[in-house]
Amino acid sequence: MDLKSVIQVENLSKQYKNSDFLAVDNLSLDILNGEIFGLLGPNGAGKTTLISMLCGLIQPSSGNFSIDQKTYKENGLAIRKSIGVVPQEYALYHTLTAHENLSYFGAMHGLRGRGLKELVNVSLEKMGLTRFANRQVGTFSGGMKRRVNLLAGVLHRPKVLFLDEPTVGVDVQSRNAIVDFLKELNKQGTTIVYTSHHLIEAEELCDRIAIIEGGRIIAQGTPAVLINSIVDARNLEDVFIAMTGRGFRDGI
Amino acid sequence: MAVKKELLLQIRDIGGLIILFVMPLLLLVTITVVQKGSFDSLLGTKIPVLLVDNDKDSISYAIQRELGSIGNFTLITQIDDTPLVEATAKDAVFKGDFQLAIILPANMTSDLNSQVQHNVDRIMSEFSYEEEEATATGSRPISSKEVRLYFDPATQSSFKTAVKSSIDKLIATIETERIYKKFQEQLSDGIDGGAFTQKGFITFKEIGSEKEGEEIKPDAGQHNVPAWTLFAIFFIIVPLSINIVKEKSQGTMIRLTTNPVPYYVFILGKTVSYLCISLIQFYLMLAIGVYLFPLMGIPAFAIDNNLFKLSVLAIFSGLAAIGAGVAVGTIATTQEQSAPFGATFVVILAAIGGVWVPVFIMPQVMQVISKISPINWALNGFYDVLLRNGSWIDIMPEIILLLLFFGLTIAIAIIYDKKKRTI
Repeated sequence: MDLKSVIQVENLSKQYKNSDFLAVDNLSLDILNGEIFGLLGPNGAGKTTLISMLCGLIQPSSGNFSIDQKTYKENGLAIRKSIGVVPQEYALYHTLTAHENLSYFGAMHGLRGRGLKELVNVSLEKMGLTRFANRQVGTFSGGMKRRVNLLAGVLHRPKVLFLDEPTVGVDVQSRNAIVDFLKELNKQGTTIVYTSHHLIEAEELCDRIAIIEGGRIIAQGTPAVLINSIVDARNLEDVFIAMTGRGFRDGI
Repeated sequence: MAVKKELLLQIRDIGGLIILFVMPLLLLVTITVVQKGSFDSLLGTKIPVLLVDNDKDSISYAIQRELGSIGNFTLITQIDDTPLVEATAKDAVFKGDFQLAIILPANMTSDLNSQVQHNVDRIMSEFSYEEEEATATGSRPISSKEVRLYFDPATQSSFKTAVKSSIDKLIATIETERIYKKFQEQLSDGIDGGAFTQKGFITFKEIGSEKEGEEIKPDAGQHNVPAWTLFAIFFIIVPLSINIVKEKSQGTMIRLTTNPVPYYVFILGKTVSYLCISLIQFYLMLAIGVYLFPLMGIPAFAIDNNLFKLSVLAIFSGLAAIGAGVAVGTIATTQEQSAPFGATFVVILAAIGGVWVPVFIMPQVMQVISKISPINWALNGFYDVLLRNGSWIDIMPEIILLLLFFGLTIAIAIIYDKKKRTI
């Protein structure tokens, strides 16, 4: 990790149509090159909205941001080439095999021919999916789908990877495989922006974490700094409860 | 790669393929057989008609003879060995047992003869051929006679019109014959009996479009195959729009819009794959018309040397349908929006396009509206080729309109997508 910012966010806000409040409220943030940055927060805090804006899926209402010194308005194509996105949904074609899915998404990022085929095979092997490569994804378990879902977003070795709850609903084995894969990817130089409700996982994986509440960052730092900032906090979960409260967030 | 992906998705959706290919074929065969049945009932098999003859004289016999000779009707004058009267005939028709009853009035022959005599006497007296006193005493004007027709309320108005027209013509012919005859009798002293020809002076002949010296004779197949093939091609709007909405709901659209490939590549993949489907549909339906119809006793669909022209029309029709499907899929946010809207949209396009009811018999407003239906453009193109012996120049306006429709709908989809979601 170097100390150069790869993502710079300045006073970013988003208000959806027919909504009374700001989903993201004047938020500023620097994400450093090569770090794993965790965005944590209760449901409706604004994590997915923030990531959606950074991925170019929705327009901000106000504010600016850049990725690798570029903005979408000036150079959207270069940004799209340099990012990878792993949505929360199984964003896969269920009647295509794992190999066909990965080949298609790789091709959409400009990968071709034998190189693409080998890359797909190696990636499937890393995730323990080689013998299922030619099976339709619709027949996979939740953990297998999650692993293919992750591979589809990283095949082109992006400079910045956005992950929206990549381990939700998977067993321990699949979770470990995903976390190990992400660590390896990060070692190879990929900056990872990651949201999760799994706080132990975030504590283990992230170099720095921002806790978001009501569209604003209420705390930011390394896991250790955040834990030390709260009296009697033993882990990130204690910090999270102390900062965001115990009340339900349904309907926000 | 985008095309390969789309084709793989199509091939593996067996249910979807059955709907896309088998259902239109089934529709074409069913509609054509049904239409053939009604066509045969009008021209082939005889329709039983109740006849109540209260006249029982030469004119009523002439009418019966003429109706019998037309070939379409079987005259029934008694039910259960009981001679028909107006009341029973009326009941039988209104109950739906028969489609038509004809009631010939009493004294029709004698009254018509008297009326004709009266008219002829008057004319002759004006020309001083007869003594004036003979005119005064020989005949008096008679009140007009009424031939009553009872129709089953469920009978279609086109059938009613055809029957009324036939009977009206028949009666007019008999009246004219009587007048000629009466004049002949009056003038028989000086003029040869064959002086008045009773054969119609003005006749008509239907002349159809010709190809290589042979007249093109349109039949149900020539109309149905293009019409229902187009309906099937445009029905692709439904699965295509659902496909695009599904991409959005299952998250794959997020991947596609965050990768460096522009939206039009995504649309191009869908366009090529669905165009392949449209063309397979088209050739399958042509094959049904050419090979299956004759086996079912329906005239074979005559392609002649027009396969290339028809294929080009099918390609542009397919493009127009795909454009509409992409636009509907891009704008709709759920399958519950896209599926019913797409299906209804196609049915409306087909209805105003003339698939069910010919455009020329639609109300004036609908005739104008029909001109905005791409199905109407495509159908006209097919008819130009198949029935009007049209050249490439004749079908060029339709091809251009279909292409413009494709361009317009794709542009709407791209602009909407750009405005709505991307930055």
